[in-house]
Amino acid sequence: MSKEWPLWEVFIRSQHGLAHKHVGSLHAPDAGMAINNARDVYTRRNEGVSIWVVRAADIVASSPADKDALFEPANSKVYRHPTFFPMPEEVKNL
Amino acid sequence: MYAQLVETGLTKVQTLDDMSSEEQAFQARIDAGVKIEAKDWMPEAYRKTLIRQISQHAHSEIVGQLPEGNWVTRAPTLKRKSILLAKIQDEAGHGLYLYSAAETLGVSRDELLAALHSGKAKYSSIFNYPTLTWADIGAIGWLVDGAAIINQIPLCRCSYGPYSRAMIRVCKEESFHARQGYDIMMSLARGTPEQKAMAQDALNRWWWPSLMMFGPSDADSVNSAQSGKWRIKLFSNDELRQRMVDQTVPQAEFLGLTIPDPKLKFNHETGHYEFGEIDWAEFHNVLKGNGPCNRERLRTRVQAWEDGQWFRDALVAHADKQAARNAA
Repeated sequence: MSKEWPLWEVFIRSQHGLAHKHVGSLHAPDAGMAINNARDVYTRRNEGVSIWVVRAADIVASSPADKDALFEPANSKVYRHPTFFPMPEEVKNL
Repeated sequence: MYAQLVETGLTKVQTLDDMSSEEQAFQARIDAGVKIEAKDWMPEAYRKTLIRQISQHAHSEIVGQLPEGNWVTRAPTLKRKSILLAKIQDEAGHGLYLYSAAETLGVSRDELLAALHSGKAKYSSIFNYPTLTWADIGAIGWLVDGAAIINQIPLCRCSYGPYSRAMIRVCKEESFHARQGYDIMMSLARGTPEQKAMAQDALNRWWWPSLMMFGPSDADSVNSAQSGKWRIKLFSNDELRQRMVDQTVPQAEFLGLTIPDPKLKFNHETGHYEFGEIDWAEFHNVLKGNGPCNRERLRTRVQAWEDGQWFRDALVAHADKQAARNAA
């Protein structure tokens, strides 16, 4: 009886200089086949110049329940954005 | 629709009173246009309905390769053959995007494939019709993929994140399919009288099954109303079908072909085409497994799967051997 192939998450770099971006997932028996399959499934139209595959089981994700604890503290720190500081129109290059 | 008559398992649309506080919060997120993601809490009925809908959609993409595969070896030119192969490869890709989206809901790929191969899972009625001539490949791209686009574009905005993202990828690729089909129809319609007759014959046979793809009127359907509230169905079957007729009739006129519906006429007041009765008995009969090709499609699909077993086994054996070597 055959066993189910592990799930791999696929990341593609679209052009030189851009970061790899998650595009989807697929099943493959090993890393080499995962790259081959990712080529066929996710780059049929020149979408990428580089592929990363990572076993889905190896990804550690934050839990939706922790959303507030993780991200809420940033809400009160709007001064981290440059638009927090109004600049007079006469002042240039700032 | 690639997913037809999707059951929600509910006998009435859920109102606020029927919902637990978790369900109310869930519905509020959907109403606010927030996408639901795989790890978020969701009602069991939402999860199960989506698994049915997405997997039915995935199966349709996979089985949809078969009517076209019939013409790969007999495409009229090498260029047409390459294009058809690329289109069929896209359909496989679309099936894989959708299976992945369904798996985020907690069902395994093997379970999904087993349900297809056992005949338990449904796929779109349209793929149970035969491709008798090369013109059918044109008609499928133009009409069947055209109908699929009308169905899928709204789903890019559906409430479930992984499904919506899969639909965005599919839609980007799908207009190639519709255009290559129309291009075949244009070549035939501008060709010899025999070629034009072949195009007309294909339109005659595919027109009504294409309109059936959207499913029967669901104005009174609890399943559709509930799916609408969950934002996994954004327009009624009749609205989508009307859109299909309105956009396709002028395309047929450009080809110089006649839509096989004597009752078809443009209503200047509504700005829409009126069309004749659809034979829903035929639709239900095809869904029940009695279409012209139901048995052949499933047999071909199962055989392809079984014929590939030795290869999949070999890949696993190789992976296991390499893993054992690396561990040593």
